[in-house]
Order: sequence, then structure tokens, then C-alpha cells
Amino acid sequence: MARALVNAPKTAKAGEMMEIKTLISHVMETGFRPGMDGRIKPRDIITEFACEYDGEVVFRAALHPATSANPYLAFETRATRSGPMKLTWRGDNGFEQTETVDITVE
Amino acid sequence: MTAVSRRSALGIGAGALALVTVKPAAAQFVRKDGAATLEAIRAFTGGKEAAPGKIVMDIPPLVENGNSAPLKLDVPGLGDGVFVRRIGVFNEKNPLPETVTLHLGPRTAPRVQTRIRLADSQTITAIAELSDGTFHSATADVIVTLAACVEG
Repeated sequence: MARALVNAPKTAKAGEMMEIKTLISHVMETGFRPGMDGRIKPRDIITEFACEYDGEVVFRAALHPATSANPYLAFETRATRSGPMKLTWRGDNGFEQTETVDITVE
Repeated sequence: MTAVSRRSALGIGAGALALVTVKPAAAQFVRKDGAATLEAIRAFTGGKEAAPGKIVMDIPPLVENGNSAPLKLDVPGLGDGVFVRRIGVFNEKNPLPETVTLHLGPRTAPRVQTRIRLADSQTITAIAELSDGTFHSATADVIVTLAACVEG
């Protein structure tokens, strides 16, 4: 399990934009760098991030080797209904991690 | 004291010069021209023309560490009912032209922040696709002091 940090408001007013900040620890090996033995290290990156909230994928990002190690993504989505927000990272070598935050909409 | 002859001194100088000019083998991945970038942009827009403006890209003009350059994207002043469908960020000289592709929607604000890698000083292009089917672009020139991606 990679360490993931999610910063999201616990409560929000309906209709208001909520800023979600995410950071996950991952090497994001580009597949272009030589290792200690001079051979190119195989690619190992996170390829996709998705945020599912209130029955819909509201934000999705396709990542490439040009994304920094420990990918950081901050975005804003409208508060609609109380419920869980599911954040999923998927990547090479079967990498998959999901974090859930509960959001209360007043 | 052993005197260094003029001949050997020149030889040392030439050797040092050769060391400086030999680049690491990995530098072969850095692209020389932006042909692949134009191709990637064409694939993203489906051949449509992207008009400059509307999208604002915020990236420092001088990046000290190419391993992590903060990138901020914003599409301000959208009309009612118009939203941003996708934003594609393309680079000119990294091994691959695609940098990051963001899929937004009517429930998401067109403001995103992330961090990217830059293998060389280059021009970054961001293209936004709006829900009305139009494309808008922004470019930024970035000078990179420490390159990323290709060196060990």
C-alpha cells in the first residue's frame, strides 16, 4: 500500500465548490532512465486517477511518465449530496489503491 | 619539480573537452523537434483548430528542478451551461509529448493543479476542449536548470 494523502472538506454547503487535494507516494519510474547497471529501468507509473462522487466520475486524469514522482493533483468539484467520495489510482504492475472520504453536505 | 610539456598540457585540455561534450546515452530520448507534439495535439483535438486564449496556464518561467515543476491550469469566464470537457498538456522535448490529460465535467471547476517533469527547456502547450466543441490553447516557455526523466 502506498501512502496517500487526501485533503477534502468534511462538510460543505450544497452547490459550493470543494477543493480536493491528493498526493500519493509512488516512484513514477519513467522507463527512460538507466539504473545502476546502465540498463534502462522498466516503466512503473500510475496511469490513471479517478474521483467518484454522488454516482458519477466527476474528475479523471490520465498520467504519463512526465508526471512527477509522488503525483499531486488538486481539483474542485461541486458539493451535491452527502456521501462517500472514492478516489482511485491505477497503474503499471497491477497497482491499484482506493481512498474514501465521507462528505457531509448541509 | 616535473615540468609539464606544452604537448602533454594540450593533450590534457583536449581530453577534458571530450569529457564535457560526451553526453549520457540516455539523452538520446530527448526529442529534437516538436513533430511528435504536433501529432499528439492533432490526435487530441481530432484535427480541429485550437484558438489561443481563454485557458490560463501558470508555470514558473524558470524551473530549477525539472523533476517537479508546479503547473496550474484555469479556464476562467465560461458562459452559463458551458463547461470544460478535457484539458490536455503537451510538451515539446520530453521523451513523450503527452504530459497529463484531465477529464473534467459539468460538476467540476476548470481549475486543476499538478506537478510535472521537464527534460529540457521547452515550450509547454495546454489545450482545453469545451462542451460547445471548441478548443482553446495556451503556451508557456520554460527554462529548466536541472533536467528530469532521462538521467539516472
